Amino acid sequence: MFRYFLNRLGQGVIVLLVLFTITFFLVHALPAGPFQTEKAIPEHIKERMEAYYGLDKPLGVQYVKRLGTLGTADLGASLRLEGRDVSEIISQAFPVSLQLGLVAMGLAICIGIPLGVVAAWKKNTILDYSAMALAMIGICIPAFVIGPVLADRFGQQWQALPAMGWSPLSPSYWLLPAFTLGLVSAAYLSRLTRAGMLETLNQDFVRTARAKGVPEGQILVRHCLRGGLIPAVAYIGPAFAGIISGSLVIESVFAIPGLGTHFVKAIEFGDEPVLTGIGLLFGILIILANIGTDILGAWLNPRLRSSR
Amino acid sequence: MRRLLLCLTLPLSILTSCQKETEVARANREGIFLMGNSAEPKSLDHQMVTGVPESKLVGALFEGLVGDDAVGDDVMQPGAAASWSSNEDLTEWTFKLQPEGRWSDGEPVTANDFVFSYRRMLTPDLAAPYAEMLYFIENAEEFNKEQITDFSKVGVKALDDLTLFIKLKEPVPFLPSLTRHYTWFPVPKHVVLQHGDIADRFTDWSELGHIVGNGPFKLIKWRFHDVIEVDQNPYYWDAANVGLNGIRFFPIENPYTEARAFLAGQLHTTYTLPTDLIRTVKEDYPEYLRQEPYVGTTFVRLNTTRPALDDARVRQALSLAINRPLLCEFIMEGYAPAKSLTPKMGSYEPNPVLEFNPEKARKLLAEAGYPEGAGFPRYSMLISRPSARASAEALQAMWKEHLGILVDIQNKDWGSYISAQQSLDFDMASAGWIGDYLDPTTFLNMWTEGNGNNNTGWHDAEFERILDEAAQKAEPQDRLDMLKQAEDILMKEQPLLPVSWYSRNYLLQPNVKGWHPLLLDNHPWKALSLEP
Repeated sequence: MFRYFLNRLGQGVIVLLVLFTITFFLVHALPAGPFQTEKAIPEHIKERMEAYYGLDKPLGVQYVKRLGTLGTADLGASLRLEGRDVSEIISQAFPVSLQLGLVAMGLAICIGIPLGVVAAWKKNTILDYSAMALAMIGICIPAFVIGPVLADRFGQQWQALPAMGWSPLSPSYWLLPAFTLGLVSAAYLSRLTRAGMLETLNQDFVRTARAKGVPEGQILVRHCLRGGLIPAVAYIGPAFAGIISGSLVIESVFAIPGLGTHFVKAIEFGDEPVLTGIGLLFGILIILANIGTDILGAWLNPRLRSSR
Repeated sequence: MRRLLLCLTLPLSILTSCQKETEVARANREGIFLMGNSAEPKSLDHQMVTGVPESKLVGALFEGLVGDDAVGDDVMQPGAAASWSSNEDLTEWTFKLQPEGRWSDGEPVTANDFVFSYRRMLTPDLAAPYAEMLYFIENAEEFNKEQITDFSKVGVKALDDLTLFIKLKEPVPFLPSLTRHYTWFPVPKHVVLQHGDIADRFTDWSELGHIVGNGPFKLIKWRFHDVIEVDQNPYYWDAANVGLNGIRFFPIENPYTEARAFLAGQLHTTYTLPTDLIRTVKEDYPEYLRQEPYVGTTFVRLNTTRPALDDARVRQALSLAINRPLLCEFIMEGYAPAKSLTPKMGSYEPNPVLEFNPEKARKLLAEAGYPEGAGFPRYSMLISRPSARASAEALQAMWKEHLGILVDIQNKDWGSYISAQQSLDFDMASAGWIGDYLDPTTFLNMWTEGNGNNNTGWHDAEFERILDEAAQKAEPQDRLDMLKQAEDILMKEQPLLPVSWYSRNYLLQPNVKGWHPLLLDNHPWKALSLEP
């Protein structure tokens, strides 16, 4: 088992190297340079700016140099927010994205899993149909519709919650963005949980338990939940990484200082150090989330353990 | 749908208790101004930036020789300088600094700080992007381009601690106004050199904890894409007349989010208001809406190296077929139909030459060899912002209807849009220009040969001769008359088609006092106050 995970980690390092290489060359293929401004910068000044950052060197030389600094865990300095270290930018923005992602995932789990369990338990009843209709709506309505509607109602009209901004210690700032962000995951989770639970509920041991007179609640929670959650758990890991890296729309709608804004701005301005820095962080997150999901899956499902 | 949304959102409302006091109400009590500022600043080192959001912050942290007036664009107020005077031909200026002038760390602001600042800005290795704003000074351009290396030949000297002498290469009647631009603001020599050499780009000196300014406020918090907070600077020479205790700048990029935040009581003012929200706000919240002229012009830039567009008659025809009043009424709400390139500023008012005359347009086009648009190349118009699409479509329709010309619209991301124009790899482009200072040269000089902002492939010897001659005139009215002549040539040649004169559309809480319409939109922060 230990060897298996070591192997996975080794693969992860190779994935990161490939990720960095692709990102690096793609950024340099962008038509816009980091010093492209609306008011043209005189050529003699632009040349000096490029020389200062080594952008006048051949691309291969720049690549090797960047790889060398990355090897020393130095992510470099931003070209857009000139002079600011990428690590400083990430250290400010990542905790915000992480906190938002955790709250969103927490909400998604608290809403999605109970809905899925109830839908499976009351299969083909009005409860099931309503829960699944809700889930379908959650999947279909995009965040850029739900977010502004919520901000408009709760923020602007009722003035109950802030319409924009972020405060790590004040839950009133988290609720709307986290709910908007978590809604799609909640919807998927409920459908996956329903499917997983239905499969387990049809097993022989459940029939036996029922025949023995075990109360229905106990059958659901003690006998079925663990097995029924396997598909949902497999989804949570990658979805969590996706929530953190994909919160751009939410960040824009609620003006949240997370990673997404830096990421998009870096693309717009050809800010290679920020782009590769955040890209690598997302890569690490996705790799870790997948490994974590595997561990959790193995714990939930003994068959997986023996097959490895 | 509404009921469903309620069902979805009800649990949230139970989870939270209603806010008792809006953020604006609390800020009113504390004397803190909450402002939407559109974007994260690139830096707070004002010698390294070129953007408008940066200029708002710099205006709070630093002060130029001359200060802005809260009411009048043409009124000069004492700033870091208490008084100033010039020789008769306006080429030599002497500024007497405030005896009480202090940096926010308590050190005195001296004339040497200004000399150091201008030297730093012009140092070639620093590569300050906006160094050309100082080219008015004698030998400044030569020093910046390394044609001379001896800074003592550049026309700026400290006669004593409180007297700054500036020698210009030609008469500049608007120099006091020019020094209100942030490129002319000082940097603290003692702090800059503590963190690096004069030619070092982006050292720590301009970061939180190190930055020292001579403006009415000082930096206390800076979180990327979140907030920048400034509080009153107790060492400011005019601290007694500063009406606010602090300002919070929120870099909200999404204008719809900004408008919602304003209406939710989280901001005193917005940076902008999307055009499609203007009508709703006019109906529902008229007390907040502000629409004020701004010194800027929207136009269509033409690539005059392309066939057909290289003919002035064709360019004039395209211009004559634009119904500007119609565009401004229905699409560019609040904007005024452009009558020339330069909007009216001070005593300069260009001849109103632009008109809507489809018949004349068709005649000119036929003369150029394209009767009813026959045989006219199919060109495309470059746009970048989604907000430009509606007006581009309107132009497209007008040219089709009046001239029989078909034009496509091509959308590019910001970087590609800019680089396509700078490399003349475009046909037409929807563009705009905001003036840096209140003088027509900020609109006219860019159309000279080799200017990095020209990007039309057009230049004209006569146009440039008049501009050069005007630059030598010391008599202000003669000078403006000559500039008017130059503008007439530009509008006859039309390498660009002016469409509208800018308006600033934004929201402002009525309890903000000391905020008046200003053409450059540089509201002196110290003049603002908040009524409870």
